[in-house]
Amino acid sequence: MSGSPRARITRRQLISAVAAAGATAALPVLALRSRPSAAATPAGRTNRQWAMVIDLRKCEGCTTINKSPQCVAACQKTHHLPEGQQWIRVVSEQDERGTFFRPIPCMQCENAPCVAVCPVGANFHDAAGVVLVNQDRCIGCRLCMAACPYDVRVFNWTQPANPPGAALATYSPEFPLPHRKGTVSKCMLCAHRTAHGELPACASGCPMKAIYLGDLVSDVATNGDEVVQLSAFLSENHATRYKNELGTHPRVYYIPGHGEAFGRRAGS
Amino acid sequence: MNEAPLDAHLIGIVRRPPRWYPLAVMLLAAVAAWGVYAWTVQYRIGLGVTGLHNRVPWGFYIINFVFLIGISHAGTLVSAILRITGAEWRRPITRMAEVITVVALMTGAAMVVVDMGRPDRLLNVVRYGFGRLSSPIIWDVLSVSTYLMGSLIYLYIPLIPDLALLYQRLGPDAPRWQRWLYRVLAMGWQGTPRQRARLERVLAIMAVLIIPIAVSVHTVVSFVFSMTLRVGWHSSIFGPYFVVGAIFSGIAGIILAMAVFRRIYRLHAWITDDHFRKLGWLLLALNLIYLYFTFSEYLTIGYQPDEAEAVLLQLLFSGAYGRLFWLMVIGGLVTPALLIVLPSVPSLRRLAAVPVLRPVPVALAAASVAGSIFLFRLLGIPGPTAALPIWLNWEFLQWPLLGLAAVLVISLIPILQARPVTSLVIASILITVGMWLKRYLIVVPSLAVAQTPIEAIGYRPTWVEWSILAGTFAGFALLYLVFSRVFPIISLWEVREAHEAGTAEPSGGRDRPLRAAEAAP
Repeated sequence: MSGSPRARITRRQLISAVAAAGATAALPVLALRSRPSAAATPAGRTNRQWAMVIDLRKCEGCTTINKSPQCVAACQKTHHLPEGQQWIRVVSEQDERGTFFRPIPCMQCENAPCVAVCPVGANFHDAAGVVLVNQDRCIGCRLCMAACPYDVRVFNWTQPANPPGAALATYSPEFPLPHRKGTVSKCMLCAHRTAHGELPACASGCPMKAIYLGDLVSDVATNGDEVVQLSAFLSENHATRYKNELGTHPRVYYIPGHGEAFGRRAGS
Repeated sequence: MNEAPLDAHLIGIVRRPPRWYPLAVMLLAAVAAWGVYAWTVQYRIGLGVTGLHNRVPWGFYIINFVFLIGISHAGTLVSAILRITGAEWRRPITRMAEVITVVALMTGAAMVVVDMGRPDRLLNVVRYGFGRLSSPIIWDVLSVSTYLMGSLIYLYIPLIPDLALLYQRLGPDAPRWQRWLYRVLAMGWQGTPRQRARLERVLAIMAVLIIPIAVSVHTVVSFVFSMTLRVGWHSSIFGPYFVVGAIFSGIAGIILAMAVFRRIYRLHAWITDDHFRKLGWLLLALNLIYLYFTFSEYLTIGYQPDEAEAVLLQLLFSGAYGRLFWLMVIGGLVTPALLIVLPSVPSLRRLAAVPVLRPVPVALAAASVAGSIFLFRLLGIPGPTAALPIWLNWEFLQWPLLGLAAVLVISLIPILQARPVTSLVIASILITVGMWLKRYLIVVPSLAVAQTPIEAIGYRPTWVEWSILAGTFAGFALLYLVFSRVFPIISLWEVREAHEAGTAEPSGGRDRPLRAAEAAP
């Protein structure tokens, strides 16, 4: 194998990448101006295909700053999650070089088992390829929880605590509030934020800037600090997908690492 | 066989139920009502009142669902397969079997609703489901509802001649609702040759139709599990494995029903030991097939170096579920097989001559040892470290207890051998419990195996789940009992037909030779 053909960048690709990078850098501002709210974005019309890259070289589980994982905290805050519920979680794993941390959001599988098994079509892909849950339709059978190989789905076993004012929120699968009893919920890649051109809460909340939002169409990704060419970034850093062998085609990529960017030694 | 006494006997039950009947109904209704109450609590607060959680999102309700759908296969097997193969001895037990099917399907379907997080959205399955044919749950909905409709028809059609008879025989002193019920349901049956021909035809068609439907039902029940990527579920053997398990537990269910009805309604003249013997052989065959499936399933899982599968097997064989697993294998599969064969091994009778093997003294000895162990533990007398005589040490006492238990089992062999029906009924009870456990061991451990690095948490059912379990089975028994009081639990005309075939002018039936042979004295 000569490696991924994307590893070599032609001049043309570079130019378009730089152009796209510039566009992405301007994206937040432009998007905010042109689209005042997520609700105004007509669903089904988008030229984005979202992906996520998590650079494990930069992830040290927030141990060096002595905090609980900040992506989790940001997610819980943004979505007003009930106590203890996690739509992204950070687990510690072991490989031949030592322990490392892996943030696990929903993988936004292209071939998603949860979407296939749902008896009422409450799980669906939106136009940008994000797997959303329509909690107004969910019957709470929990087959999707049994089917998900990544354990990312959570169930509202009792009436979840909602923040004051949640009753006034207009529910949509893109911003599922108020939370509903007896239904399944999960990470939805902050569809309400990406529609504005904002990073998902976990990405902007990560103090190490380890989480990138990428767009497969324009082939760029950003963590809010830097803008990279998505395909090159993935292939140059030997990105993998979690449980790739299952054939679920996750949209979340991991760049292998042990948090070394922050002085964390593997095995410590 | 004598048809007139059977008619009179069963119409007598319908006319005046036994004295214990109201009490039994009240008792069962009370337990069922308790289950309903537990469900209202769950409905109000949410599934959080159960022991379920995000890692083990399915538990008792799904287990009950699989179990009850399994039991429902009794009806199909006995009445459809035996009808098609012309097994004449089936006649007195077809009705019982068909009722099990309907009642089990109803209670099983109720379990699905109980399991739903949003039962108020049940109709969403109809509203959105038919565009969702990729979902195994939709396959279940289609298959189970077809089976329920099919078995309701299959129960009702052969009931018609009996309903007409009941209407005719029930005097004007019978309650009006009862007479009205039979008159309406009998649909003007008069037993004309044309009506009879049509009845036979419909039955033949239904018998053929219902078999593939029944097979499909338990296959798609298994597909709910095997279509996922879970370890221990993702297996191509699951379809046939579930179908065999369903027929297996279904036969055990019908044997238990036969034993109970025979006793409470004194049906010994019609439900004979020979019926038990024949069903016993069928049960044994299914038992062995199920053992074979179980063996090949776990061997295939265990032979692979896959890590997650190794974790599952460890959990099942020696881990948190080890006790239940071996209880299921030894108590629910091996022991019943031995109990079924026992009466056919005459040489075992010699055991009765061994002087030590007297069950009553052995049982008393075992009970006293067990009692003293219990007492010592209650009193807080510690284990082997204490400076006490060894016979006061409960850890030591476990061994004589085990020995006595073994002797007790052996001493029971000659007794059971002399009572084949009792032996078979005990086997059926063990199988029924064992198959429930087996479904528990299918559902829970596979979910408990962590797929990602995550804290593994077990599953502990709460009082709500236990109450709903009790309520479900009480409801099952209640529906069955009420049916047997309102309708004849043995198909009167079918038994009469078999009797007449032996004496009356033969008139064109495809299974005549067998029938004649059966009815001949």
